[in-house]
Amino acid sequence: MSLQGLTYLVVGLSFVLYIGIAIWSRAHNTGDFYIAGKGVSPIANGMATAADWMSAASFISMAGLIAFLGYDGSVYLMGWTGGYVLLALLLAPYLRKFGKFTVPEFIAERYYSRTARVVAVICLIFISFTYVAGQMRGVGIVFSRFLEVDVTVGLLIGMGIVFVYAVLGGMKGITYTQVAQYCVLIFAYTVPAVFIAIQITDNPIPQLAFGSEVSGTGTALLDKLDDIVTSLGFNQYTSGTKSRIDVFCITMALMVGTAGLPHVIVRFFTVPKVRDARVSAGWALLFIAILYTTAPAVGSMARYNLVNTIQPGPVGSIDGNLAYEDRPDWFETWQQTGLVRYDDKNGDGRIQYYNDANPVFAPQATEYGWQGNELSVDRDIMVLANPEIAGLPNWVIALVAAGGIAAALSTAAGLLLVISAAVSHDLIKGILLPHISEKRELLAGRIAAAFAIMIAGYLGFDPPGWVAQVVAFAFGLAAASLFPVILLGIFFKRVNKQGAIAGMLTGLVFTYAYIEYFKGLFLKWAGSPWGENTAQHWLLGISPEGIGVVGMCLNFIVAIAVSHMTAPPPERIQHMVEHIRVPRHFAEDSV
Amino acid sequence: MHLNKRMAYWRANLRLVAVCLVIWFVCSYGFGVLFVEQMNRIRIAGFQLGFWFAQQGSIYVFVALIFFYAWRMNRIDRHYDVHED
Repeated sequence: MSLQGLTYLVVGLSFVLYIGIAIWSRAHNTGDFYIAGKGVSPIANGMATAADWMSAASFISMAGLIAFLGYDGSVYLMGWTGGYVLLALLLAPYLRKFGKFTVPEFIAERYYSRTARVVAVICLIFISFTYVAGQMRGVGIVFSRFLEVDVTVGLLIGMGIVFVYAVLGGMKGITYTQVAQYCVLIFAYTVPAVFIAIQITDNPIPQLAFGSEVSGTGTALLDKLDDIVTSLGFNQYTSGTKSRIDVFCITMALMVGTAGLPHVIVRFFTVPKVRDARVSAGWALLFIAILYTTAPAVGSMARYNLVNTIQPGPVGSIDGNLAYEDRPDWFETWQQTGLVRYDDKNGDGRIQYYNDANPVFAPQATEYGWQGNELSVDRDIMVLANPEIAGLPNWVIALVAAGGIAAALSTAAGLLLVISAAVSHDLIKGILLPHISEKRELLAGRIAAAFAIMIAGYLGFDPPGWVAQVVAFAFGLAAASLFPVILLGIFFKRVNKQGAIAGMLTGLVFTYAYIEYFKGLFLKWAGSPWGENTAQHWLLGISPEGIGVVGMCLNFIVAIAVSHMTAPPPERIQHMVEHIRVPRHFAEDSV
Repeated sequence: MHLNKRMAYWRANLRLVAVCLVIWFVCSYGFGVLFVEQMNRIRIAGFQLGFWFAQQGSIYVFVALIFFYAWRMNRIDRHYDVHED
């Protein structure tokens, strides 16, 4: 069967599976719709959380990112996993004990304030929409690249599928669909990785393979990689270029941001018990770790493969570089998409791939007769092209397409549900129409989900230039606004309404202003007076990606200081905090 | 009386959380970021140890920590008789 036919078949089958599950697990009441009736087992919930968490960016982009960043890519690996420790130890069990539907609901009750709820809803909707827009775009790209349909058509198909199971099934439908999507995506990710690991090192386990020797050489893969890339003027693969404080802050911002993201937190409302919430975070991270520990192996092997293909001989010798006419098939295929570009600057018919921005290496390059780097490779193709580079059979390529779509759809669906719950439960039931019947609230939730899909589809169809940039903002915002007030709400009884609102606003405004100042998210126009986004202008050398940490600290300081200057929270709130700290009532309490 | 028990339970929890978070911090920020050069002088298989912690080891430690915390916490729950079911 042709690659295209096979891809249609595999992707089509996966869709049939998702829709079947959605119909089987339809939501009947608001409990089902928001939190799957609290009936999801910790392992299933862990898988669903993993699928929810791992987006098109994790699946498609991360390994490529690491391939080109080397050690600096560690910020994403640690940052996007370490947050689960914070979740499991500091938030999940207590929020589960609290036992309601949404994050703003917790903030509203703990801080006895509608204002706090509105602030939380605004943070939540903003974070979720910026995320979901990127996901819809990812769906469109995977569709168009593999099924050779237009991006718009791809997007519409994706919207239709998400619509069916998010609107029908709510959290219950989404959760069970995500379990299936996790299986598809992890299989699709690891199979090519195993094949490539065997090809390069004879070791079938990618996590070990990238510390093994390259077959037939006796040199470890990473050492060889360091050697080759430095001889081409690049930075050593195993050491970084970012400053230590920046690596520290970005990692921390991503970790804390992860723990503050509403679509992740809400996952722990769906399990039956408090102890399930604790262990569920462990299962989620275990399932995530399978991909996240494979990614750096894929990254290093992909970089090795790429460099070795382009530079098969010794650096600097006349025939050390690949002749353009000898380029492999995958090179040609991806050239057509524009994601691999070649420009024969010195007209020798060979491909020179090196770091022409490195002044130390420049004289040597001139000596070789090189006149600039001639090859540019989009980092996003590293995972998608990997099976082709390794010459794997067509069904593996079809599988990768289905995996990419599963990753994007599962994340989009989870985010859409959080948005619809914020609208129907927090805004409509919590603030506008407190006496709305459950049936009508459920209907409102479905309508909100439908609208959210349409807005997300529009954002994915015509993404404003800022979509890629706001990811940093979404994490910074979650770290600086939601995480501190939830944490304080559980661990510090003394923190009150005034402290929480002041803290959230301080974290939010500071983080937003800093990112806006350097990156110009919404207010930038040509010739605007904003700061140049380089290290010497940053506060303490912290980039906008990492500034959420400073915002978080300010939030903590302001919230505690303001709370101590104002009246303590009412007695019943202090009791509520006592109550959520223990899984079950002390026997003595009921006497 | 039960106020003391409640405080004891909470203190046991906080102590466990503190221990876990110290390990969490040392294995990621310590080995992988702050002392990465020193760690890199140690080699295991084909890995420099600091690099390995930053890209592999820290993640394994995170997973183990959560399961350890869940297991210990269940025992503390039982000990103070606040476990569910």
